[in-house]
Amino acid sequence: MKIAVCVKQVPDTWAEKALKAADSTLDRDAADGVMNELDEYAVEEALKLTEAHGGEVVVVTMGPERAGETVRKALSMGADSGVHLVDETLHGSDALATSYALAEVLKDRGFDLVMFGSESTDARMSVVPAMVAERLGIAQLTFAQKVEVSGPTVTIQRATETGYDTVEAQTPAVVSVVEKINEPRYPSFKGIMAAKKKPVETLSVSDAGLDAARLGLSAAWSQVEDFAARPPKAAGTIVVDEGDGGAKLAGFLAEQKFI
Amino acid sequence: MSYPWKGRSVTRLMPTEESVELMALVEDFAASELAPKAGPAEESADFPRESLRALGAMGILGLPFDSAYGGAEQPYEVVLPVLEELARAWLSVGISVSVHYLACFPLAAYGTDAQRDRWLADMVGGDLLGGYCLSEPQSGSDAAALATSAVLDGADYVVNGTKAWITHGGRADFYSVMVRTSDHGPKGISCLLVDGATTGLSSAPPERKMGANASPTAQVILTDARVPADRLMAAEGAGFSVALAALDAGRLGIAACAVGLAQAALDAAVAYAAERRQFGRAISGFQGVSFMLADMATAVAGARALYLEAARLKDAGLQFGTAAAMAKLAATDAAMKVTTDAVQVLGGAGYTKDFPVERYFREAKVLQIVEGTNQVQRLVIGRALGQGPARQ
Ligand SMILES: Cc1cc2nc3c(=O)[nH]c(=O)nc-3n(C[C@H](O)[C@H](O)[C@H](O)COP(=O)(O)OP(=O)(O)OC[C@H]3O[C@@H](n4cnc5c(N)ncnc54)[C@H](O)[C@@H]3O)c2cc1C
Repeated sequence: MKIAVCVKQVPDTWAEKALKAADSTLDRDAADGVMNELDEYAVEEALKLTEAHGGEVVVVTMGPERAGETVRKALSMGADSGVHLVDETLHGSDALATSYALAEVLKDRGFDLVMFGSESTDARMSVVPAMVAERLGIAQLTFAQKVEVSGPTVTIQRATETGYDTVEAQTPAVVSVVEKINEPRYPSFKGIMAAKKKPVETLSVSDAGLDAARLGLSAAWSQVEDFAARPPKAAGTIVVDEGDGGAKLAGFLAEQKFI
Repeated sequence: MSYPWKGRSVTRLMPTEESVELMALVEDFAASELAPKAGPAEESADFPRESLRALGAMGILGLPFDSAYGGAEQPYEVVLPVLEELARAWLSVGISVSVHYLACFPLAAYGTDAQRDRWLADMVGGDLLGGYCLSEPQSGSDAAALATSAVLDGADYVVNGTKAWITHGGRADFYSVMVRTSDHGPKGISCLLVDGATTGLSSAPPERKMGANASPTAQVILTDARVPADRLMAAEGAGFSVALAALDAGRLGIAACAVGLAQAALDAAVAYAAERRQFGRAISGFQGVSFMLADMATAVAGARALYLEAARLKDAGLQFGTAAAMAKLAATDAAMKVTTDAVQVLGGAGYTKDFPVERYFREAKVLQIVEGTNQVQRLVIGRALGQGPARQ
């Protein structure tokens, strides 16, 4: 089984995030980059599947030079090889452009499964997996909390608010995973050493045969007009109970449209 | 060539690119998997066997050992900062890893090839945990007075005696045990590699200690325990030198753990001093407090430099025993002083269990006692001075 896992480098979860004044895009240099947390679950699941069924895991990332660190992290966890799409023209790409670029890189490579974390901690759109599936013309099995493969059939439990749906498709298919699915492994020191020798293919926009006009900030379907820092939290309201505390509280809640 | 690693508490110069990645991995694991569990587990005396298994899977339990046996063959210049980071998150875990190295040392350094082929890969592979049995109820600092006897009977040694204060006692998968095979004082001591499941080996309930209660310390009792004679490490009578050589490296591990603990206390004190306001300003703004913090930081940095210096001597194949004794002495005394001052910086809050510094303070004390009390370290250092400055 050949599995691609799409991973994204995001600013460290604990870091203060900021937009750049020049073009209103995320300032990725301001904070340490880490692998998007849910993508670690996708890598883990892909490794488990190939450990059980044989095959290989290829990590695919689109991002600036240092997103290569995220590819290496996945390789040190045990993935076999990497593909890194890196190009100035990609800067500022929205979800539509990202899905276009990823789909072009993924197609014709013979993947049985293309796996994703179900959202990234920076953009939180949760749309790229579905868009990539659509562009590739293959089934989408999203929000998986369990994945099983039997021959050409992939069955997942799709997490819902009340429980789960069982959804099934034939490979090739896109699978996005939620946190419940597993516990990602820590790399081993041997894994770190081995990762240095694993192949990573670096592609520019033209290497990948992409149309530059469909990529980057200028091609984005929405533009950020303006932004401002979140205002500091206002002091709380203190209600003094003079026999009418209950009514005052209810009034406050109603006013805030909580009840 | 050195490679900078910017950790959350310390910036270090590491000798290789992969050691930088190792430090990042260890810090990440320590912050997410160890630090949050430390306080509650120390309170309930829960031994973190699973965390140690996870560290084993990452390769940490085999870090200093020969790669031919599955180790990572890392120099002590790398091994010790790893121990420091573990201990900064949770001292008991740092001690466990350090003691495990100590237990593997006799086979790794003195075993025959045949012996290593048989046992070493499993011992350093990550699933197993070791113990080191030197001390006895009647022989602590005077370790050469040990009385546990081993008498050859056919193909086995029959071992009888009680080992005291054994870290991982009752929990270890194997023990390096110093036994008496003849009456010739230190020259009558031998080292046996004993399987934890050996019939006749049992353990007493863990000691109830002042701190580090997640690290079990118990007597290991040997009653007519039959240990195959091919489990003898080095020659009969060479056991005391093996034990002392193991301790030279072990003391470096304790020094690194002490620095990690002191760093944790320093970090807590610095953070608190920046937040806590008295007389209209942060207490870190008072010279009386900031000078205390400055002395603490200097003590930590000095101790770290000393253990690194000893590690580099060891890595270069030079004599490092005296330097290791100095590092252990300085680092553990620094840890005691720094944790005491951290309680002081936190005032009343520091004396409560709502903050970790009272625990750090209790934990620091044991480091001045184990693997040779600090009086014994001075003895080692003083003896070397008597033999002239050329002797390291
Ligand atoms: C938590 C813990 C874990 C331990 N783990 C292990 C382990 O895994 N394996 C193991 O073998 N041992 C272990 N030990 C034992 C430890 O190494 C001994 O406690 C230590 O060597 C001191 O021995 P003692 O306790 O018998 O003290 P003693 O030797 O009785 O010393 C009592 C006091 O007298 C001082 N003293 C003794 N002789 C001299 C001298 N010549 N000059 C000046 N002062 C002297 C000592 O410094 C000390 O202050 C552990 C101990 C503890 C507390």
